[in-house]
Amino acid sequence: MVIVTHSPSLSDRERRQRAWDVAAGVVDPEIPVLTIADLGVLREVAIRDGGVEVAITPTYSGCPAMNMIALEIELALEREGFGKPKVRTVLSPAWTTDWMSEEGRRKLREYGITPPEAASSRRALFGVEQVTCPQCGSGDTEVLSEFGSTSCKALWRCKSCREPFDYFKCH
Amino acid sequence: MAVASITVSETPLVLYALRRADDALILGHRLSEWCGHAPMLEEDMALANMALDLLGQARELYSYAAKVEAKDNDEDRFAYLRDVRQYRNLLLVEQPNGDFARTIVRQFFYAAFADPYWRAMMSSTDATMAAIAAKSEKESAYHLRHSSEWLIRLGDGTDESQRRAQGAVDDLWSFTGEMFWVDGAERALIEAGVAVDPSSLRPRWLRTISDVMAQATLAMPKSEWMQHGGRSGRHSEHLGHLLSELQSLQRTFPGVTW
Repeated sequence: MVIVTHSPSLSDRERRQRAWDVAAGVVDPEIPVLTIADLGVLREVAIRDGGVEVAITPTYSGCPAMNMIALEIELALEREGFGKPKVRTVLSPAWTTDWMSEEGRRKLREYGITPPEAASSRRALFGVEQVTCPQCGSGDTEVLSEFGSTSCKALWRCKSCREPFDYFKCH
Repeated sequence: MAVASITVSETPLVLYALRRADDALILGHRLSEWCGHAPMLEEDMALANMALDLLGQARELYSYAAKVEAKDNDEDRFAYLRDVRQYRNLLLVEQPNGDFARTIVRQFFYAAFADPYWRAMMSSTDATMAAIAAKSEKESAYHLRHSSEWLIRLGDGTDESQRRAQGAVDDLWSFTGEMFWVDGAERALIEAGVAVDPSSLRPRWLRTISDVMAQATLAMPKSEWMQHGGRSGRHSEHLGHLLSELQSLQRTFPGVTW
């Protein structure tokens, strides 16, 4: 077993950047094409008293992926030679779909999940949404269920190609 | 072998957080009882998803109560090691699921309150409560939309679905007054800007209820007599049965972990 240790000559700033890059590569266990950086779940990486401290924020209060994401971050950082990393959860400001990166939206669409379409607001929650089918691109779609396979998704159906699909809810 | 219940130092803020946490946990548990039994797959997912949101809210509120109390308690001890008389939830949320109409009516009555309640709590002077509110508010908005749409479908549906929905409305109505009840401990928090005065939310709640009920062609109950007790630990017999299931593992194997 090789233990990677960082040269002590690296500045805190460089170590922080490397730790960010490592943490940013962790994927969402429920949507494995998205990294936690794509999702906007990764909020902050800091070097404190020589150790790495990572802050993440949940998408939904009960998101069961959060424990696993925290564990994956710790493992990834330890693998890269950062000893005893700490992961904490922050609630404020509350996560919104607006934090999802353009790259994240593109990856979602290619994966067959329609990314959130409008900027998040209460109007988006209650308004009539125009959701595009990720398979055929048709706008002629209908909601099957407000709740889908995970907390963050709703189940839709395309009336054009007749395929059901997941829609990442605007939140 | 059973394990003894914990003691809790119920300062006003601890009690306040526990009451809201208990609402979320117990309603979430009730919804989770539908898992695998809902009338259709989409509803199975919807009810389980809402249960998960509520469980998440409960965990945050319990963790905060534990932090404020600063004793040995934590979210798990609050959930698993308090007896029925130590639970502080609304009587409404512990009522059995009954049929699908009854579950929807219970959810609708609660969500129509929780939605404006959490929105108002976003301005709490307590930063943690405000942060929990900001997450819960978005979730409650979805729960309200879901239950409103179903209530309209059931009320304005067949004779059978109308009869069941109206029956559930009439039966559960007397449990709605407790949502707007305030005691001395809460009054102090309201004055400090930590808590929202629930009575200020009542006109809005009533408007939501009467709008949706009108669309659902359901009659508003006339009775003004309201049942109280949950907030101070006097519960209906249903909660004990619920807790015996929810707590059985920790009570039988104290401290067991995955």
